[in-house]
Amino acid sequence: MTAALRPSPRSDRTWLLVGYAAITSFLMLVFEKNLPAVLQSGLLVLFLANLLFAFQWRAAPWARLVVALGSLIVVLPLVGRQNTGIFDLAIQISIFAALALGLNIVVGLAGLLDLGYVAFFAVGAYLWGIFASPQIGRILGNAGLSSVNPNLFWLFLILAIAAAAIVGIVIGLPVLKLRGDYLAIVTLGLGEVIRVLATNLTKYTNGSQGITPIGSAPVPILNSIANSLGFAPEQFNLFFLYFLVLLIILLVIIVNMRLDRSRIGRAWIAIREDEVAAQAMGIPLVRTKLLAFASGASFAGIMGVVFAAKQQFISPESFNFFQSIGVLSMVILGGMGSIPGVILGATVVTLLNLNLLPALSEQIQGAFPGGLNATLDPAQYQRLVFGIILVLMMLFRPEGLLPNVRRKIEMHEGDGAVGAVDSLGDNAERHANDGALTTGRNIGTDSRSPGLATREENDRTGGEK
Amino acid sequence: MDIVGPLLVQVLVTGLTLGFVYAIIALGYTMVYGVLQLINFAHSEVFVTGAVVGFEAFRILAPVALNAYLKLLIALFAAMLVAGVLNVVIERLAYRPLRGAPRLVPLITAIGVSLILQDLLKFLEGTQGRFNLVYELPTEFNSQLSLPAFVTSLGVRLSVKDILIVVIALLMLAFLNYLVNRTRVGRAIRAVAQDRTTAGLMGIDANRMIALTFLIGGALGGVGGVMFGLQFGTVNAYSGIIPGIKAFTAAVLGGIGSIPGAVLGGLVLGLLENFLGIISIFGSLFQPLSFLQAIGAEYKDIGAFLALILILMLKPQGLLGRGNTEKV
Repeated sequence: MTAALRPSPRSDRTWLLVGYAAITSFLMLVFEKNLPAVLQSGLLVLFLANLLFAFQWRAAPWARLVVALGSLIVVLPLVGRQNTGIFDLAIQISIFAALALGLNIVVGLAGLLDLGYVAFFAVGAYLWGIFASPQIGRILGNAGLSSVNPNLFWLFLILAIAAAAIVGIVIGLPVLKLRGDYLAIVTLGLGEVIRVLATNLTKYTNGSQGITPIGSAPVPILNSIANSLGFAPEQFNLFFLYFLVLLIILLVIIVNMRLDRSRIGRAWIAIREDEVAAQAMGIPLVRTKLLAFASGASFAGIMGVVFAAKQQFISPESFNFFQSIGVLSMVILGGMGSIPGVILGATVVTLLNLNLLPALSEQIQGAFPGGLNATLDPAQYQRLVFGIILVLMMLFRPEGLLPNVRRKIEMHEGDGAVGAVDSLGDNAERHANDGALTTGRNIGTDSRSPGLATREENDRTGGEK
Repeated sequence: MDIVGPLLVQVLVTGLTLGFVYAIIALGYTMVYGVLQLINFAHSEVFVTGAVVGFEAFRILAPVALNAYLKLLIALFAAMLVAGVLNVVIERLAYRPLRGAPRLVPLITAIGVSLILQDLLKFLEGTQGRFNLVYELPTEFNSQLSLPAFVTSLGVRLSVKDILIVVIALLMLAFLNYLVNRTRVGRAIRAVAQDRTTAGLMGIDANRMIALTFLIGGALGGVGGVMFGLQFGTVNAYSGIIPGIKAFTAAVLGGIGSIPGAVLGGLVLGLLENFLGIISIFGSLFQPLSFLQAIGAEYKDIGAFLALILILMLKPQGLLGRGNTEKV
């Protein structure tokens, strides 16, 4: 797999790239409409591989730029005109890619396993959902009010960033002192708490009924472009959101890259590798972790707003534990701490779930004229897919499909222990190379692990005065 | 006022039975954590597997003319066997290759295993066209016990099921206590939990002991599953998640790695949950507490999570756990 992705550094693939992109784009534009669902999915995968190649291959910069931008800005909207489903899918993929990039900061850079990440997504989605639907009228007791002014959408994008970051800090403050595995369970619990609140605060969230219809901002310019391209009026919304999402993704990637190479990014990596040493070097632990939590949360918050506007319907079930695991599996599949990897992971997992599995079930359904027993419906087995991804990646390729260069070097200087990735460094564990029965620790394990090293954590040597 | 007394007593009764279910499940978490420092996320599915096996046993035995208690015994043994073996297989395939990896790697693997098992269970029962499995219990189990008058006047209602759950739990605990504290094997397990390397030098096969721990933990999970089925009457492939987290909370509450701690934690959590379920009633009875009315029974799951966070913040080593500081 990766051998194909990593050609030898000397081969220049400019023309191969351009040729491949041209062929797949042509196929997409001409044949996409008339193919059976499974082949459609396959073609879409081949087409999206453009972006990966444009990123991975050694080619002239102009070719890479043309292929990437052309695919996203020209070809996909044109295909979307014929087939709204593709468009919908592209937006979903982008939403999840941004979510995965946010979680990547928390898990991949700072090494904090957050299993309740979707809670922040819910914060953004409900924030916009409540104000942009008749729900706001119900809350204010003004039945005539069906939404706030849709132009406030832009303000709410900013508000969602702030709100999610605040929730991240509030949730993070009590739990960030916990050791890795406890932190994972507690964040899972907190994620569920948010979901239970969304279900039960019926007055505000309409409970498990969910909120609908949710509006989005009118953008006259884009609408007229969409109109001249022959989009139906009900698709204008998608057209606008698609470009908005691309813009946000771009921003998120830039922020991610800047963070990765900044002082704060290095502090996160230091914490991941060895908390105690990092603290000794003067990194304020709690503040740095909180910052990671809040940054990750804010990405989820802004995407929540977009998600609510796109789906036009939200309910607590969109934000359950399983969704958090889905985002986590995207990060792990692609490679923790690797931006292209995480985007690849999000694309693969979202395509699997929303496109390939349903398309497969359609094919199978078609093969059984009497209809298929729901038990055998592949679309019913998303959990299985996520589970298999998590287990296989952790056992055989813990650094992910497109590993971060630094991470890969770390991996291979290791002690040869299977999967001794430092990407989820557990600072309490030193790899002791003392034979077959290594416990991964040098010194006394106590079965009654305390869950957090009280004395060290409260020892304010970390400069958090 | 006159309804508060009976209500509290009822909370005590249901809380204790539920607490014993949590306790038995929590033992599986605590034992595995004790030897491997791993939160066996898949334990919730191991216990659901036990519940499913119990359901199947009762279903198959329903037309058979056997003593009801014998049927229960068969169901329990079948659940113990299947769940125990399943847990050993999971350890062999998914956790053993990751020994020595950073702590979060096996945790993520465990989450993956948990998801795989959920869908496998769904598939297995789905081929029979079932998803929600409703226990077909022998009628004897649902009958009310005839209690002395002064007890019923307090509003206590006990069915045979409740007694059975408590009895099974106590027997299991007694057996486990004997095994861990009074036998050579138990001593070996404790040695491995304390220091795997040294135990290995003393001639203990650590891998075998870890497998054995998983077998015991899984068997306990299986029993817990059948008890869960007795208590709630229905189970499905996804119903392990929340009780799983609660049982883990119970283990942490008592002090993870501590066997009596897991039991204590389970009982405390069961009582707490049932108390939260009726807390809104107190709000309607006592004027100063009227704010409690807003807390409906649906919030009781939150109670467990908040309890977990509070314990970890205030007393991370748990009620009966021994604290130690992590060495670098």
